[in-house]
Amino acid sequence: MTNYRGVHDIGGLPAGEVVPAEHDYALWEKRVDAMMVLLSKKGLMTVDELRRNIESLGADAYDKMSYYERWIYAITQTLIQRGVISIDELGRHIAAVQARSDDEN
Amino acid sequence: MSEHHQEGVPHRHPLRPDQDDTLTYWRAMEIALRQLLIEKQITTADEVRREVEAMDNRSPAHGAQVVARAWTDPQFRELLLSDGNAACEALGFERGLYKLIAVENTDKVHNVVVCTLCSCYPRFLLGLPPDWYKSRNYRSRMVNSPREVLREFGTTVADDVVVRVHDSNADMRYLVVPKRPAGTDGWSEAQLAELVTRDAMIGVAMACQP
Repeated sequence: MTNYRGVHDIGGLPAGEVVPAEHDYALWEKRVDAMMVLLSKKGLMTVDELRRNIESLGADAYDKMSYYERWIYAITQTLIQRGVISIDELGRHIAAVQARSDDEN
Repeated sequence: MSEHHQEGVPHRHPLRPDQDDTLTYWRAMEIALRQLLIEKQITTADEVRREVEAMDNRSPAHGAQVVARAWTDPQFRELLLSDGNAACEALGFERGLYKLIAVENTDKVHNVVVCTLCSCYPRFLLGLPPDWYKSRNYRSRMVNSPREVLREFGTTVADDVVVRVHDSNADMRYLVVPKRPAGTDGWSEAQLAELVTRDAMIGVAMACQP
């Protein structure tokens, strides 16, 4: 039978016991969240674009990435798709961040 | 529900490793994007900081005030159940970007909220959702085995009470109004709000007993 479900569409599927775990969000996670809110307010992104980019992740990536990793991926994808930023300039900035020591970021 | 979810009890949860202390690829992407957007004058460092602070200030205490008011003011209860956003605004809280639907627990019905597709949650009233709310196990099973999942939270709903599961989406958010505990006659709104936990407003727990 063909599976019509998206990778995110998991309601009713078999799964394990719910572990009521939680963590205090790290600053970088809060910043990703804040970025989404800001870009929405500025009309540069919608929640549907966030969802579409998250939901089009491959099953493997969807499961392996943490929640805000999926978000930062989807936010940057949206901005590239809209032409707000380019892949090249994002790539250059990531390389520069990685080349610096942690204290400098 | 375990004590550490109760309002007013200071608690810290462990940070996951591999986050602020390790420059993962995705964390580098967040820094890079933020710098890029600042360079392009789309945002400023200050604007990002203020938005983080605004989210830090949203907490289940806000939702608890809404519930406590609904317990003590029949007119407000009517408003909350008919127009959740207007009710929040009437209490001086954010109106919220999405439609808010308040669902009330009674002797006959217990409500519980999930977002099977993602993590939709009344963030403007409760703050950011806990990890388990976003977990595969919760999202998958709450819709077809709600009583079982509730038991995993230590919550048993009597057999003659209907369990109603609400699946949130990008356009609407749910808030559970738990049942007011017995023995709280004459309590002030502030006292009552202390009994209303985040988990009770998601529906995986009852309000605390006095």
